[in-house]
Amino acid sequence: MSVSRSAPKSAIAAHLDGVPRSGIRDFFEIVSTRKDIISLGIGEPDFVTPWRIREESIHALERGSTSYTANLGMLELRREIAAYVRRSYGVEYDPQTEIIVTVGVSEALDLAVRALINPGDEVIYHEPCYVSYAPVVAFAHGRAVAARTSREQDFRLNRDQLEALVTDRTKALLLNFPTNPTGAVLLRRDLEGIAEFAVEHDLIVLSDEIYSELTYESERISIAAMPAMRNRTVFLNGFSKAWAMTGFRIGFACAPPDLTEAMMKIHQYTMLCAPVLSQWAAVDALRNGDGDIVEMREAYRQRRNLIHSSLNAMGLTCHKPSGAFYAFPYIGHLGLSSKDFALRLLDEKKVACVPGTAFGDSGEGFLRCAYATDIEELKEAMERMADFVESL
Amino acid sequence: MDELLKLLKQNALESPKNLARMLGIAEEDVKKRIEQYEQQGIIRGYQAIINEDRLDLEKVEAVIEIRITPEREGGFDRVARRISKFPEVVSLFLMSGGYDLLAFVKGRTLKETAYFVSDKLATLEGVVSTSTHFMLKTYKDQGVLMHTDEDHERLKVSP
Repeated sequence: MSVSRSAPKSAIAAHLDGVPRSGIRDFFEIVSTRKDIISLGIGEPDFVTPWRIREESIHALERGSTSYTANLGMLELRREIAAYVRRSYGVEYDPQTEIIVTVGVSEALDLAVRALINPGDEVIYHEPCYVSYAPVVAFAHGRAVAARTSREQDFRLNRDQLEALVTDRTKALLLNFPTNPTGAVLLRRDLEGIAEFAVEHDLIVLSDEIYSELTYESERISIAAMPAMRNRTVFLNGFSKAWAMTGFRIGFACAPPDLTEAMMKIHQYTMLCAPVLSQWAAVDALRNGDGDIVEMREAYRQRRNLIHSSLNAMGLTCHKPSGAFYAFPYIGHLGLSSKDFALRLLDEKKVACVPGTAFGDSGEGFLRCAYATDIEELKEAMERMADFVESL
Repeated sequence: MDELLKLLKQNALESPKNLARMLGIAEEDVKKRIEQYEQQGIIRGYQAIINEDRLDLEKVEAVIEIRITPEREGGFDRVARRISKFPEVVSLFLMSGGYDLLAFVKGRTLKETAYFVSDKLATLEGVVSTSTHFMLKTYKDQGVLMHTDEDHERLKVSP
């Protein structure tokens, strides 16, 4: 006789019903059963955290730095963050009241959404996008409204698309440029239009700029630096991608004092503070890590060039991603859905790529190929993929 | 440093085709530029980096600090060039600080290396003194670790 292990009926909160499991997770479960595959499905750097940064964290542990820190994060780190944001983006934030250190950017985004959204408020975001945006809004009982970006526009976002979606319930706009999974980057004129849109409709902009250090050609501009935007922007960034520190789980948000205070209120009761060893590592990353970023950025750019030319050479049209470490080729003309293409590529050639649909419905017809992978593996993966496309 | 040279320093065996794809330029341009670098003497050779400790070799390596008397014409160069021509000398650098030249020397036996230092090097005109340190183990050479860290396993698919 089998014993049920389910919780009582309707124990799970109703608003979770509408939130799907991450498509990444589904695909991960398929891939993790396979052996000897080359994975272009990994959304994190293949580099290990630079040794100097790791060493700083070890040193902190040796010193016995194992306590809680201030809720907002160590002041020393917040000062470094203020200096970094000033020199890199030209925006001034007060380390005492306008910066909060979080457990990855994911937490920072969650805090910002929860601090802003009343039930029924709408948040416009762009799709295809990182898997967590719509769910985070749903968890806050808000409504996530997708603006679909297209390959014809290199997956950029413009004001006209937003005007068509704005209502009197729209509270915020969520941006992620450079974009996971498309590698899209906004041009200055796009940003200007979006900034004007935000001011006109009195919106808060949540700008997830986690890939901003990995911008290859175009100028790196934050929407927070646009006229009249500083006080209506939550600038979100972190150490995971540019400094290869994903497992440290450390990020931050910069926002006007009242908003930072509201985020802190949630953070202090739910997280207390970010891990202290990660905070020390982050201090070193900002003090001494610029050279490491330059090296890694150069390696990613070379791989980007390689994957972009290889994909196009095998007949998969792919815009040249200007940032992050993802290529997003079109496979829709080959008569397979994104998922079927990814599954057959995995079965027949042992190469794992994530179906574009994991990043929203508008990802149908596309594949996300992460090039944060060793260059030799990347070359091999491209050859196998070319064979596969040839065989279709 | 030019990006092409940096890539070759990382892996001199990389094919011109792949170099071209990584740099976003034509394969012909890559070949031409490599040829130019070779002709100009900027690229001076291609070598494998080998962990010799792993081979069963009879060899002795030493680092030698050398003090020399600079000459009125030519400074340190004439003596340094003479020293650099000995096949036992693998690398030679002019240094700031307490001595003038630093030589990396390789021989088959301790005796052979000692003979080279006492009979060849120390007796050269202009060499004032030498101080020899024998190497015991190599941990890192030319930016390459001689031990392999355990592979860190990433999740096969992640957001």
